[in-house]
Amino acid sequence: MSAGVNDLKSQDNEIHAGFIPLTDCAPLVMVRELGLDRAEGFTLHLHREVSWANIRDKVDVGLFDCAHMLAPLPLAAKLGIGRATAEVIAPVALSLNGNTITVSARLFEDMTEADPASASHSGMAAARAVAAVVKQRAAQGLPPLTFGIVFPFSCHNYDLRAWLASAGIDPDNDVNLVVIPPPLIADSLKAGRVDGFCAGEPWGSVAAADGTGVIVATKAQLWRNSPEKVLGVRSAWAERNPEVLDALIRALVRAGQWLDVPGNRIGAAKVLSEARYVGVSRHQLEKALTGGLEMGAAPDLVAGDSIVFHRHGATIPRQAHAIWILTQMIRWGQAREPFDIAAIASQVYRTDIYARALAAIGAGLDVAADQPATEGVLALFGSEIFDPSAPLDYLDRCAIRAPALDLSRFKGPRV
Amino acid sequence: MSEPTPADCDLNILVIDEDPVRRAILEAGLREAGFSNVTVLANTSGLVAQIYALDPDVILVDLENPSRDELEQMFQVSRTVRRPIAMFVEKSDKSTIEAAIDAGVSAYIVDGLKKERVRPILEMTISRFRAFDRLRSELEETKNALKDRKVIEKAKGILMKSRGLDEEAAYALLRKTAMAQGKRLSDVAEGLISAFDLLKE
Repeated sequence: MSAGVNDLKSQDNEIHAGFIPLTDCAPLVMVRELGLDRAEGFTLHLHREVSWANIRDKVDVGLFDCAHMLAPLPLAAKLGIGRATAEVIAPVALSLNGNTITVSARLFEDMTEADPASASHSGMAAARAVAAVVKQRAAQGLPPLTFGIVFPFSCHNYDLRAWLASAGIDPDNDVNLVVIPPPLIADSLKAGRVDGFCAGEPWGSVAAADGTGVIVATKAQLWRNSPEKVLGVRSAWAERNPEVLDALIRALVRAGQWLDVPGNRIGAAKVLSEARYVGVSRHQLEKALTGGLEMGAAPDLVAGDSIVFHRHGATIPRQAHAIWILTQMIRWGQAREPFDIAAIASQVYRTDIYARALAAIGAGLDVAADQPATEGVLALFGSEIFDPSAPLDYLDRCAIRAPALDLSRFKGPRV
Repeated sequence: MSEPTPADCDLNILVIDEDPVRRAILEAGLREAGFSNVTVLANTSGLVAQIYALDPDVILVDLENPSRDELEQMFQVSRTVRRPIAMFVEKSDKSTIEAAIDAGVSAYIVDGLKKERVRPILEMTISRFRAFDRLRSELEETKNALKDRKVIEKAKGILMKSRGLDEEAAYALLRKTAMAQGKRLSDVAEGLISAFDLLKE
């Protein structure tokens, strides 16, 4: 039995949450729209924001109690590298997958010309076609390609970098990476300010629909069931309101469950299309949610898991994910001060709070299976192997990385 | 608010705001306070070159501007600006930061600039942003009131015609229905009009 209103009255049961207009804000929206908040004895107030900087600042000063966040954001706050000063925890994840790498029609033409075999496949192979274009342009003395990402501390940034690096492209030297807010990224591709981007849906689909962009990879192709968004909660608020927090986690897990019933996604697209939520056409949101992405050249792709809200343990704030994200911050030179990788991961990704909240409804979470020591090795980005119990060994093997990287400064288990 | 010292009046201030009215209100406020080095920009296209040319000490950006993430990335890449720029997050001045975010504005200042020199600018900005907000909500209220009145007039007209009531009785009926249903008068009137339109077709 969940806590009723009366049980919560001593706590702050009016929750203010910020979100960015993206398909993966769906769990927060559905908590509100399905009345899951009231069923759990709290009221969720949603605030649409236009930039991740706003989300970070409004959580930081306490205008929001929690927010839809890029999975790396709470970790960046903890490390003091993201301009935020207040501690933020991630006690529940919101979604897996859901991003695309989309290139301009022009770049796709060049890719097809330079390496037709690779360009005709989506996913990891397409990176080789981009590498061929990068080499050609350098040989011809043309300016390097420019790719857009939505925020420095984002899986879009890390996924795009890993994808490029897998084909031998150094993302810091061979191409330009620029930050563009999600709602403007499709327009930037259209205007020719970027040659490609990595962003959350529906923005890849928006570019594909008007013919200016071609989706060449989905996040699910690069790394099946990879981390994307979490709920970032002000640590101070979480400590003051443990029961309301648990209720919020349960409501979000239930919203995820609802969203993963295939028949419900059409209805979710309708709700999300409203101007106060995502505000793009229902048709494009349906595509992003049902996996019917218009891929450039690969008709064989079935993107059933193009975005996941509950299956595959999607709501668990996994230590393995936090550890991988932290390795990327080290790999690309964002975090230069020494820290203990596993310790930071467990202080921010609060699997313990998640388990506490779900104990009440018996969701069958096997927390032990998620510990880094026992969680299996992950296969990602084609041939890469990531063992969360040996993050520094993984970094050792990354040939392309920030210059002058001193791995001995960081503490992390090694095999 | 403390009077800015003559040296502070030389601070180079850049205001980026897409709203023309608020932009003008803020610029006037800063000039009245004695800051003469104020540049205002409506949008962020070609911003890198402009920031490099202006070399501002203080940048004020409205929070509704989606380009904040882009701006911050720009500040992190040192070669795009002459001097490193930091967000105004001195812990000792947390309340000013909170007030600024609450009012809908964010400030970036050149690293090393003392917070006492920037505070009057921030306080001015916060008060002007709040004044603008009040202006906007008053306008919104006036508009809504006008719209409500029109809707109620129309609904009254429908009742008078279709049920043969006089104006006073029609109004009383609307009010009674609104109270019984716990709705706003204008909502009941709107419902009546749309139901009437449906029946007409």
